[in-house]
Amino acid sequence: MSLPLDTDEIQRLQALKGKARMQIPRQVMPEQKPEDRRVNFREVPFGLDPMSAVVEANRCLQCKKPTCIDGCPVGINIPGFIEHVAAGDFEGAIRTIKETNMLPAICGRVCPQEQQCEKECVLAKKGDPVSIGRLERFAADWERTFGTVEIPPVEAPTGKHVGVVGSGPAGLTAAIDLRRAGHSVTIYEALHAPGGVLMYGIPEFRLPKAIVNAEVEIMQQMGIQIEYNYVIGQIETLDELLERHDAVFLGTGAGLPWFMDLPGENLCGVYSANEYLTRVNLMRAYDFPNCDTPIAISERIAVVGGGNVAMDVARTAIRLGAKEVYLIYRRTEVEMPARVEEVHHAKEEGVIFKMLHNPVRYIGDEHGRVRYVECIRMELGEPDASGRRRPVVVDGSEFMIDVDTVVVAIGNGPNPLVPRTTPGLEVDTKHGTVKTNMNTMRTSKVGVFAGGDIAVGAATVILAMGHGRQAARSINQYLSTGVWEIEALE
Amino acid sequence: MNEILRNVVLSESVNQYLVRAPRIAQRRKAGQFVIIRIDERGERIPLTIADADPAQGTITLVVQSVGKSTCQMSELNAGDTLLDVVGPLGAVTPIHQYGTVAVIGGGIGIAPAHPITQALKEAGNTVISILGARNKSLIIMEEEMRRASHEVLICTDDGSYGQKGLVTDALKGLIAAGREINHVYAVGPVIMMKFVSKLTKEHNVPTTVSLNPVMVDGTGMCGGCRVSVGGKTLFACVDGPDFDGHLVDFDELMKRQAFYKEQERRAHEHYKQCHLQEQIKIATNA
Ligand SMILES: Cc1cc2nc3c(=O)[nH]c(=O)nc-3n(C[C@H](O)[C@H](O)[C@H](O)COP(=O)(O)OP(=O)(O)OC[C@H]3O[C@@H](n4cnc5c(N)ncnc54)[C@H](O)[C@@H]3O)c2cc1C
Ligand SMILES: Cc1cc2nc3c(=O)[nH]c(=O)nc-3n(C[C@H](O)[C@H](O)[C@H](O)COP(=O)(O)OP(=O)(O)OC[C@H]3O[C@@H](n4cnc5c(N)ncnc54)[C@H](O)[C@@H]3O)c2cc1C
Ligand code: SF4
Ligand code: SF4
Ligand code: FES
Repeated sequence: MSLPLDTDEIQRLQALKGKARMQIPRQVMPEQKPEDRRVNFREVPFGLDPMSAVVEANRCLQCKKPTCIDGCPVGINIPGFIEHVAAGDFEGAIRTIKETNMLPAICGRVCPQEQQCEKECVLAKKGDPVSIGRLERFAADWERTFGTVEIPPVEAPTGKHVGVVGSGPAGLTAAIDLRRAGHSVTIYEALHAPGGVLMYGIPEFRLPKAIVNAEVEIMQQMGIQIEYNYVIGQIETLDELLERHDAVFLGTGAGLPWFMDLPGENLCGVYSANEYLTRVNLMRAYDFPNCDTPIAISERIAVVGGGNVAMDVARTAIRLGAKEVYLIYRRTEVEMPARVEEVHHAKEEGVIFKMLHNPVRYIGDEHGRVRYVECIRMELGEPDASGRRRPVVVDGSEFMIDVDTVVVAIGNGPNPLVPRTTPGLEVDTKHGTVKTNMNTMRTSKVGVFAGGDIAVGAATVILAMGHGRQAARSINQYLSTGVWEIEALE
Repeated sequence: MNEILRNVVLSESVNQYLVRAPRIAQRRKAGQFVIIRIDERGERIPLTIADADPAQGTITLVVQSVGKSTCQMSELNAGDTLLDVVGPLGAVTPIHQYGTVAVIGGGIGIAPAHPITQALKEAGNTVISILGARNKSLIIMEEEMRRASHEVLICTDDGSYGQKGLVTDALKGLIAAGREINHVYAVGPVIMMKFVSKLTKEHNVPTTVSLNPVMVDGTGMCGGCRVSVGGKTLFACVDGPDFDGHLVDFDELMKRQAFYKEQERRAHEHYKQCHLQEQIKIATNA
């Protein structure tokens, strides 16, 4: 058990009326000081302590019509779990969460809560919303540390075998639900480790890898098989998988890095975000030479992009010892797609924001290593299709930034390997996504379901999990009825 | 899985490994490779599948010890295992009936040239193999190459075996002698592939080269393996490793290959230090 809670205080809080509740300030989550965390890869926030979690939970008004739930892509019973936390019943809280979300320790950390559940919280209209994500994270961490993590029960064997391609959040979630329904489930993963972006992309300081490993451990105890180093489209085609399985879920993600096709983009020291982060996270280049994978030693590094991925790269570069880290983004901070919290963290850690800038070419030295980024200034023009004001070039404003490393973090497209090797699997030619019906998660190929980034393009962890869950439901139905209707695909 | 069944020293710095990998052995085709990781701290290194025996469930890797990982690998014994072996990766080398094909293998490149030579011969081509290396001891797999080809020419830089000179000299000789060559396939050091391609371009002989940029995942996810071919950026691990030699920017590839040199040297030093301490410990305990 964790430290005993102050039960008198809990009683006092529980007795509060609405008005008084709304006086409780949003609880702060303590975190490592910027000067400390700049030099280590440990997680930045420490998480709420039990009593702060209780206090924070008591800010929730237990609305009759909880709008927060509408903001959660998987529809967690938010007031339900928060009510348990508010009463100091953490066991009850985690049980409620896990009715809908099997991986709360992950979502509580990486969900863009401020654009989802917390945005829809009634308190957000007048002030600070309830820290739903932090409470979710708290409950999950509490369970992992002090509680007994239950192995989800598995139904009697159905005799059906489902293959899951990819072990990202979409694949993991689909696998758990399918296994719970009693099917035998095998995950095929191209890399030597599970988790997809959770493992190779999102850095340790935002999502400790031990958390992902702990979840996968539980999945294995449920009887889910995982085949690593298994690249579908190479060692076996999707069609061959279908011969061995009753259905297949495709969760191969958006792992294809985009470049800008600029002169000098293949100079040494110019990386994709995927490569930079994979070397550090999956391959542990930060521990070189104790681990064998090297990474550029950088003094001055430019990161191109304005999303979460760009923030992750910039903050990783700081921790690897770069003296100056520039973030080059063609619009302004307001349009930046990255989470507010990440932008804030990046600034605190010393990342230099170069807004309204765009690279036009890279210039190298005699060894072919990048030495300069030539940038051009931008200004905001008329709004474009996305509603954001379109950045336009300021003619003649080119100038050089002195760098030794560049990381291109402008996004990723869906992984083409499976579509390329699977005749009959329809793909959206513009976006490269596998055409999928968003209700049934069915693709154009009988027996094949898809979800996560491969179906919609680079999105979020929780959306991928939602798809995985929905696909599992749909697969269950297909396996019990055997009916495959052709439906509209998106 | 991934058990090393045999580790044979082929020359002073080249070892041949027989590895248990039944699924890969079934599946692989000429031109494909695996990526291996020796242990938990290991890096992912690509190695061409030099041969495979589907019945025995084994693949053959021929590896030159050039740095930390390959040296560490050379010290493994039969019975040891590789932590990870993923493959087959890369596109299959397209094998056509060209007529007469010259397969050029430089140094360790002879190993990856072997399955291609086999496949070309099987497809009905007349295959002339040109094997080159610095000296006699570095000419590997000669027997296998003789079996897979109709004709074998050997050249060494120092003249210790075969004719003295470079593989390009041997190829020039063939052309000068009026031998009709319909296609050239070259695998070896980048500098060799560059000069072979230059020569064949002058003589208008279509040429395929097998590129070996630094890789990480080998599935098209990182872009670390990108190469410029005909002004376009391609990913060698999924679009290759074979490309049209007349279109490849070899200079860029050489620079990219050398990028981690200093760190690789450090890693190797570090490894040798640790290794030495280990040996001393064993010796003093004994
Ligand atoms: C650096 C970074 C930071 C991010 N930060 C956030 C964040 O803070 N919050 C958030 O909500 N989202 C974030 N995202 C987005 C989020 O991670 C993705 O939307 C999510 O991971 C998609 O899940 P997925 O399961 O569809 O695919 P992925 O996570 O991409 O997993 C796909 C898996 O399939 C495997 N695979 C691919 N091809 C094959 C094949 N042929 N055979 C076998 N296996 C294959 C891959 O190796 C991988 O393991 C971030 C993304 C990145 C890159
Ligand atoms: C498709 C492909 C097939 C290959 N086939 C063979 C083969 O059959 N036999 C063989 O001996 N070698 C082969 N190589 C080269 C082999 O991968 C490298 O020699 C090995 O990675 C060196 O690792 P190291 O730690 O021993 O040496 P290091 O000291 O780390 O590196 C020495 C040199 O090897 C290259 N290298 C280093 N790391 C990598 C990496 N991750 N990926 C690719 N190259 C790297 C670099 O050019 C480097 O300068 C192949 C490479 C590729 C890309
Ligand atoms: S899963 Fe994400 S969106 Fe849903 S409640 Fe948790 S933090 Fe909010
Ligand atoms: S909307 Fe906010 S206050 Fe209302 S139930 Fe949800 S979290 Fe609680
Ligand atoms: S090795 Fe990563 S894309 Fe080719």
